[in-house]
Formats: sequence, C-alpha cells, structure tokens
Amino acid sequence: MSSFISFTIFGLVSGAAYAIAASGLVLTYTTTRVFNIAHGAFGMVLAFVFWDFSERQGLPLWFSLVLVLLVVAPAAGWFVSRFVTKGLGEAPVSSSLVVTVGLFVGLIGLAQQIWPPEARFVPPFFPETSFQLGDTFVTAHQLITILSSIVVAVLLYLLLNRTRIGTAMRASVDNPELLKLFGGKPEQVASLSWAIGISLAALGGVLLVSVVGLDYYALTLLVINAYAAAMLGRLKSLPLTFVGAMGLGLLTSYASAYLPTEGLLNSVRNVVPALFLFAVIIILPQAQLRIGQVKGIVSAPLPSLGKSVGWGLALLAFVGLLAGSASQANLLLVGTAATYAIVMLSLVLLTGYGGHVSLAQLTFAGVGALAYAKLDQPNLYGLVLSALIAAAVGGLVALPVLRLTGLYLALSTLAFATIMDKMIFQADFAFGFNGTLPAGRLSILGTAINSTGGYVFAMSVFLVLVAWGLLLLRRGVLGRMLIAMRDSPAACGTLGLDMRWFRVGLFGMSAGIAGLAGALFAGLRGTIGSADFQSFNSLPLLLLAVVFGVTSITGAVLGGTGLMLLPVLSSGDPQLGGLLFAVIGFGAVFAGRDPNGLANLIFRTGRLLEGRVAPQVLARIPDLPGRGARRRGRGADAPGDGSVEVPLSQLTLDPNVPVEEKEVGAHVASRG
Amino acid sequence: MSLLEVDDVVVQFGGVTAVNHASFVAEAGRITGLIGPNGAGKTTCFNVISGLQKPTKGKVRFDSKTVTNMPVHRRSKRGMGRTFQRLEAFGSLSVRENVRVALDIHRGLLGLVKPGAADLDALLERVGISAYAAERADSIPTGTARLLELARCLAGEPKLLLLDEPSSGLDESETGAFGDLLKDLAAGGCGILMVEHDMDLVMKVCDEIHVLDFGSVIASGLPGAIRSNPKVQKAYLGYSDEAPDESAALVGTHHDPALHDTSVLPVVPDEIGAVR
Repeated sequence: MSSFISFTIFGLVSGAAYAIAASGLVLTYTTTRVFNIAHGAFGMVLAFVFWDFSERQGLPLWFSLVLVLLVVAPAAGWFVSRFVTKGLGEAPVSSSLVVTVGLFVGLIGLAQQIWPPEARFVPPFFPETSFQLGDTFVTAHQLITILSSIVVAVLLYLLLNRTRIGTAMRASVDNPELLKLFGGKPEQVASLSWAIGISLAALGGVLLVSVVGLDYYALTLLVINAYAAAMLGRLKSLPLTFVGAMGLGLLTSYASAYLPTEGLLNSVRNVVPALFLFAVIIILPQAQLRIGQVKGIVSAPLPSLGKSVGWGLALLAFVGLLAGSASQANLLLVGTAATYAIVMLSLVLLTGYGGHVSLAQLTFAGVGALAYAKLDQPNLYGLVLSALIAAAVGGLVALPVLRLTGLYLALSTLAFATIMDKMIFQADFAFGFNGTLPAGRLSILGTAINSTGGYVFAMSVFLVLVAWGLLLLRRGVLGRMLIAMRDSPAACGTLGLDMRWFRVGLFGMSAGIAGLAGALFAGLRGTIGSADFQSFNSLPLLLLAVVFGVTSITGAVLGGTGLMLLPVLSSGDPQLGGLLFAVIGFGAVFAGRDPNGLANLIFRTGRLLEGRVAPQVLARIPDLPGRGARRRGRGADAPGDGSVEVPLSQLTLDPNVPVEEKEVGAHVASRG
Repeated sequence: MSLLEVDDVVVQFGGVTAVNHASFVAEAGRITGLIGPNGAGKTTCFNVISGLQKPTKGKVRFDSKTVTNMPVHRRSKRGMGRTFQRLEAFGSLSVRENVRVALDIHRGLLGLVKPGAADLDALLERVGISAYAAERADSIPTGTARLLELARCLAGEPKLLLLDEPSSGLDESETGAFGDLLKDLAAGGCGILMVEHDMDLVMKVCDEIHVLDFGSVIASGLPGAIRSNPKVQKAYLGYSDEAPDESAALVGTHHDPALHDTSVLPVVPDEIGAVR
C-alpha cells in the first residue's frame, strides 16, 4: 500500500511539472496560433542555463532561479515572438511547424555547442528536507513542484480572467484583427504570452531536471508529454490541460511501477505519453475547418516534360559515371544520399504539394527497411511489398487523426516515431534490442545486383522514377486537388470534397515512398538496425528538405545530398555536430516561411541565364540545319514557361486591358 | 416546404452571442437577401448553413432533410454551394484550374473522365471571366475572384447558392451584369441566398429580404416594405423616418434594448411577413 501511495505521489509530482510546461504551451498556442514544438527544447536550454548560473558560476540558488524564470526566459520568449514567430499564426500550419522544429533542432545544437557533453548534476531543492505522510516520505522538492503548479494555475486564472491584458489575450484567440480595431495590441499580447510561456517551460524544466537529469534530449522530448496533456483540452482549455497532465503523470508512474519488466509490455512504460496522446486524439470531437487562412504559395515552377526527362537522364548518367569510378566507401555515401533524396521526395508530395507535415518520415523508411529484411525477398516483389507495408502503416497513423486538423496529424507523427523508436524497433520480433538484421541486395527480374556501383545506380533509377511519378501526379487531377486542399480546405469542403480520406491516402502514399527508400537502403547496407532510423533524425531531414526546397524535385535531391554530408562533415570534429544542428535549425527558422527554399534560387538564376546569356550564346553558334527549328520552338515557349515578369509587365502596360474588362462586363450583360 | 429553413439558430462564441434565435427561409427559384449592419451575424449564419460552424442551438433543414450535423462536403454533394466574404480561391492555381478542380470534385475522382474543355469554358464564360482564364487566382482583382468562386460553385450544379458579399469589388456595370446573371440562375430554378451591402443590387434583384441585427431577424419581407421599415432604418442608419424623436440618440442606437432583447421583438408592419 505504501508503495502505491509513493507512486501516486511521484505521479502527481511529474504531473504537476507537465502541467506547468503544458500550460505555457497552451498559452502561446491559443494567443498566437503558433504551436511551439520547441517548447521542451526551451525548457532544456533554460535548465542548462540554471545549472550554469547555480553550479558553474556558483550564484545563489534562489538568485539563479529568479534570473532564469524572470529575466532570461521572458527575454527569450519576447525575442522569439518579435523576431521569429511574428505573423506565423496566419501562415499555413506547415510553415509554423517547420519554424518551431527549426528552433527545436537549433536549440539542441546550441546546447551541445555551449555545454559539451559531460556529467552534470542539478540537485533537487532542499535535498535534506522531507515530510512524512503515513508510511511514505514526501521530499521538499516534490512538495515545491506540486505547490508551484497550484500557484501557476491560480496566477494564470487571475491573469486571464481578472486583468485587462488577460481579457485581451483571450480576445486575440478569436480574432486578433478585431482586437486591433478595438484598440488592443495583438503584438504586445503575443510577446507577453510568449514571455510567460517560455518562463513556464523553464520552470517545468528546472523542476524536472533533478529527476530526469541534465540531458539534451530527455528534457526536450518532454514536450510530447506536455502536448499530450494539452490535447485533452484541445490545446485550448487550461483546466483540462491540468487534468490531462495529472492523469498522464499518474499513468506514467503506475506504468513504471506495475508493468512487467519482461517482454513488449516492459517497453510500454517508455511510451505512455505517446499512447496517451493517441487515446486522446481518438476521443477528440471533429475539428471545424478554418476559413480565410492561406494565401497561394508561389510554388517552384513545374518543369516541362522535356526538362524532367533530360535532367533525370543526366542524373542517371552522372551516377553511372560515379558507379564506375568511385571507391566503395564513396559509393555507399552516394547510395545514402539517394536514400535521403527519395525520403525527401516523399516530403515533396506530403508537404510541398499537400501542405502537411510529418515528423516521422525516417521512421517510415525504417518500417520499409524492417519489412524488407523480414520478408527476405530481395527482389522487386519484396521491395514493392515493403513499400506497401510502410504505406499501410502511414495510413494507420493518419487514421485516428481523420477528424482533426493538420497540426494534430504532425504532432501524432512525432508520438508515433517515439513509439517505434522505444518500443517496436527494439522489440525481439523487429531489430531486437540494439540489434541488427541482415538484408540481401536486390535482384531485378532474376538478375542479382551484387556490385555496390550497380546497386547505387539501381537506387538512382528508383529515385528518378519516383520523381517522374510525382511530376506526373502533380500535373494531373490529384495534383491539382492537393494544391487546392493546401490553398483552401474550406473551399474544398464546400465544393464537396471529403478531405479526410484523401489525407489518409496522401499520408499513406508518402509513407510508402519513404518505405521504398528504407528498403533500398537496407539492401545497400546489407545489415540494418534501429540506430539507422532514430526518430530524432526525421527532424533535421524535414528541415533540410525545406531549406533546400520542399516544393521541387531539385530541392529533394540537393537536400538528400546535404543530409548525407552531415555526418561526414562532423566525423572529423565531433564538436562540429552541435554547430551543424544549430546552423540547420536556425537556418530553417529563417527559410521555413518559404517552402521553395534554395532550389528556387537556382531556378531563378537559371531563368536569368536563360533569358540573358542564352540568346547571346545561341546567336554565336552557327545555325545548323534541323537544330534551328527546335531552338525557335523553345524560344517561343520561354516567355510563358520561364520568366513570369514578361507577361505580367505586358499585361499591366497593355493599353487593351480596360477594353478587356469592358468585354468581361459585356459577357455577363449578354446573359441577362 | 422551403428549400432552406434556418430554425431558431443560436451561435455563441465564449460570452458573445453572434446569432440569436435566428429563423428564416430561402426558396428554390428565388433570390433571398440577408442584410444587416456589420457584425449582425450574417457570415456566421452562412457558416452554420454550410456546415463550417456548429450552432450552439437550432436546426438547419435543406431540401427537406435536417443537415445540422452533416459534414460540409456532404451538404455540398446535396446541392449547396457557397462563396466567401474573405476570398477562398485556390491562389496557386490558375483561374481555369480552379474551376477544373471544382468540376473534378463534382464528378468524383473515380470517374476520372476529364472534364470537357467545353464545360470549363462555358462556366468561365457564364460568369464573364474567360479573359482571366490563364492567370493565377491570387493575382486577379477581388471582384473577379468573387466571380471565380461563383463559377466554382456552378460547376457543382447547386440547388442553393450562398453568396457572401458577391458584388464587392465589382464596378457599376459589372454589378448590373452580375444582377442579371443572378436572375438568370434563379429563373433556372436555383435558390439564392445572398449577403450583400450594395442596397441598390439587393433591392433590384431580391424577391425577399431578411434583416439581421445583433444576431436576430428583425424584419422579413418584400424589398419595398423592408426599405420603409422603421426598425430596419434604425438598425442601419441609427434613426428612422417614422420615429424622429429617437434619432437624437443616434450613436447609442445599437444598444437600444428594444432591438436586442429577444423578449421585446420589434413590431413589424402588417404587410411584412414577420418570421416570429
């Protein structure tokens, strides 16, 4: 009995800390409509800052606490709301997710850079003091944690219900524009709620750090616990968030106490928050479509059929050359780049065309690899089946989120990735605990591809085929519908499109492509394990995809190469790893608003060259019989296809425009 | 039975009542106007009717079936189309592709029959935006984008059209042509419910008008009767011809309890068929 009570107390204490962190998350989300995936990362960094002040620099404990909670954290929150997330609430949810995932990765990199890995210890508050409660003891730290959560709840209630700024905060949830009209200042409200939100993240982090330990990832991933709790209140209601947090704290505590220490159930204790999240998602009511949110994104131009075929063949020729000349180690790198590029193509479909975000794309690749290794059918049949299994798993992840919005889908992918990481991939029926599985090289139509060069070439053939498939899809009915759903879900709904199943299909297809990449990767490496598909790595993958351009094939190919180079760059100097994360993370914070990324820069330069240099070059080449006609044909295409500026300026300067408009009126008039 | 019946609908946002026991109808083959000052709850009513907003209380019946809890897309499949006050064009697609998506959705993905170019052109022609067919929908003028939204709806061959301020952004001659198009559509049997601020257009084309103020229907009737209704004048202008002594309180009229307390419903002249 006494153990039950002590586990209950332990559960309530963790619940209280989750509640504090979660209420900060809810506050920032409801007032600015930006869901801060990096909430836990802020808690982590600020716990490090607290350690730095109190342990390394030896400041008094209370003073360090005041500095962190009332100076550093609010300043960080203010900075983020003013310079990072401003205006993001009105942007597509994919932009705000990418930006905060950028913060997430960037903060981890920053922490590794400032505080390199070493053993650090933060003692609990008043470690010597405890109180007896029946047979069990409650430490002063535990009591402080529970009391803090009560104080936070009361203060938040008073702030939101009894103060002018609190009323403005609640008003800005519904309509910031209206708030402005009535003399409120949405920016001030946003800054204040971010300052309070980050401060609460810090408090949660500081309270948990003596239990969890000062670790880059453990504290950061506590954000999953926080938003699992917040989801019970639909990311809106603070009282329900507190209930959710306490429930989750108790569940986690009881799970660690009473679950068997053997078998699959043993690993369940690691994923209780993620399972809790899926359970909550299933009981949440249907979400309503939001009206008036997204402006048309100027997507990267669709390449013409000829260009797609030409560049695809050029890529194949390049890889073919490498396959004949490069060393074994370098070939493995090229194969890895091709794998990442295919995974990024799955994001082009999902995020670039569809406007949805997945934080588990590498996990889907892992599912494909696992299926390929388990099926032990190293041929096209096994490959396709592996991709289909990954697609089915992707559809299953999207299924519970059917009735909810894209934000919930993205959040549940992160929970799914954690479940796979800590429970499924490590299980005996999968890769086994820290284990690996053998995987055979693919044979196509009975011909085994044994040389690494040949295999890498085959991989790039699949890459090009998937790319062509995506471009075809984008041009057709489905592609147009994806773009329409991204631009205006409300209009699609009122035009009669049932987007729920469409989204499950889209998600499944994207997971299938990632699974194909994973299966190919398994064949490339020969042995494959859960370490190859760690859930965290899906985040830099997403960020690099966006930085290089998630709306184009070019972006995916460049991004895949970039991601492959990361470990190569940091292998010489482990210190560099943190810096690279910081660069990618904060780079994505700035690039995240434009999903066209660096690839678009290349396209623009290309068009510029085509427009300025090409005519001069062509003029100097003597016109060969037969080639001139083709060149003239391409020239005629160029204005409509390449440079947007030309037709636009023609249109605005065209003296016929008013006449056209009159004609428009006349058309209507003639109907009556 | 009317094509659309809004029955005692209440919508509350937190403490604010946006729609307060509103009841009105729209008939097939007729143009019904829904007017009222800013913030009267017109767009919220549209959201309830089209399914983008769940009412706190009340019912919506469409085509002799209760649709209050029906998802948005199923209402559309039953023949309800709507346009938006804040534009919801597919900005990164061309005008022509916008309409094509609507046709694709209407015909179902499994049909996979390419919508005929002729159908597309006919729709663009009908609302008069053929000249913009190749342009991106986020680069065309507002008025044109509203017509585009109408064309998209027409692709679904709707029984009822909900038009939210369709004429704003159109010039005078375009508005005239637009009014003719609406009459033409109604003559073809389509019911039209229209939120509109252009009173000339409303008075010219509407067969019946409902006036909303502070979420309640304060008057319903023929255009002529609505125009001379003192309650309507008061809601809109802050004073009425027939009650000159009240005009002194010009600024305070929006807080007149007689208008906003549901227990004191306005007395509506006999010739106007009051809903309650």
